[in-house]
Amino acid sequence: MGFSQTFSMLLSRLFQKKTLRIGIYGPPNAGKTTLANRITHDWKEVSGNDGKISDIPHETRKALRNENISITGSSGNSITIDIVDTPGVTTKVDYNEFLEFGLCKEEAIKRAREATEGVAEAMHWLREDIDGVVYMMDATEDPFIQVNIMMVGIIESRNLPVVIAANKIDLPDAAPHTIRNAFPQHPVIPVSCLEGMKIDELYDAMIRIFR
Amino acid sequence: MQGVRVDLISANRLRNMPSTEKIQLILERVREGTIVILESGLSPQEQSELIEMTMMQIKPDQFSGIEIETYPGRTRQGGVLSRFIHQGSPDEGSRLTVIGPANQLTLIQKNKDLLSAWITTG
Repeated sequence: MGFSQTFSMLLSRLFQKKTLRIGIYGPPNAGKTTLANRITHDWKEVSGNDGKISDIPHETRKALRNENISITGSSGNSITIDIVDTPGVTTKVDYNEFLEFGLCKEEAIKRAREATEGVAEAMHWLREDIDGVVYMMDATEDPFIQVNIMMVGIIESRNLPVVIAANKIDLPDAAPHTIRNAFPQHPVIPVSCLEGMKIDELYDAMIRIFR
Repeated sequence: MQGVRVDLISANRLRNMPSTEKIQLILERVREGTIVILESGLSPQEQSELIEMTMMQIKPDQFSGIEIETYPGRTRQGGVLSRFIHQGSPDEGSRLTVIGPANQLTLIQKNKDLLSAWITTG
């Protein structure tokens, strides 16, 4: 390989646009996996890894990554991202909580152990390996929970671009304005990831913020 | 005599302590059933590490994690939550923080003027 080719390759590597790694973070059962699945179905040409969805907290216990997803917005702009669906962030995991969903003790303990490992890994990644965050909140819940407070603070301290998705607006008691009032410094997009309501607005916001 | 131990740790004591040491100090006490009140809160980086370390120490029937609550400090520009969020930097003022075992400390009420929690014996 000649000098000019080597120089050209080095330049192209230097200026090559890196695929952004976007983490979907939030408390358990906010709808992170539903969003990750929707993004994958909407934008990935070859079907990706679908995360399992359930009413039992901590269904996602290991981060699930879908790579090279190109999203195009209403303006025609696009981004190519890797989506990382992370376990629900919490400061406590008690296996007894899972017994109430009909799991036997052994299964509940295994689930709790996997959940703690997943959360620890997700927190580590947030400090080391994530370029932007879609932070999911359940719009039917109080946004003032400590996990939300801490996580938004952590994301801000890392100077990571963030879009807040106020999810579950299809439910009658959803109040996305409370999330918007709580976090006016960030774009808050009311959305239903399950029904697809206002999902295009979320994609537009992701392109605007992460591009 | 039954009761709950409460440790109030001064900002001065934590000021020059490395983050890892600070988190170990908190978790050791909380795992023993102590309620820890920090005069100054943790930085976001320390909070992140605290969550990670907590997860690594959870054990069935022994330790199910922590409850952590922050008392809001002075008002800043932005939303209500920004009063809770921007903490940890000495320049931004101290934020009282309460940390306890998840099975003993339960938040009752939290607003801009009041943090109310219920503490039970383990």
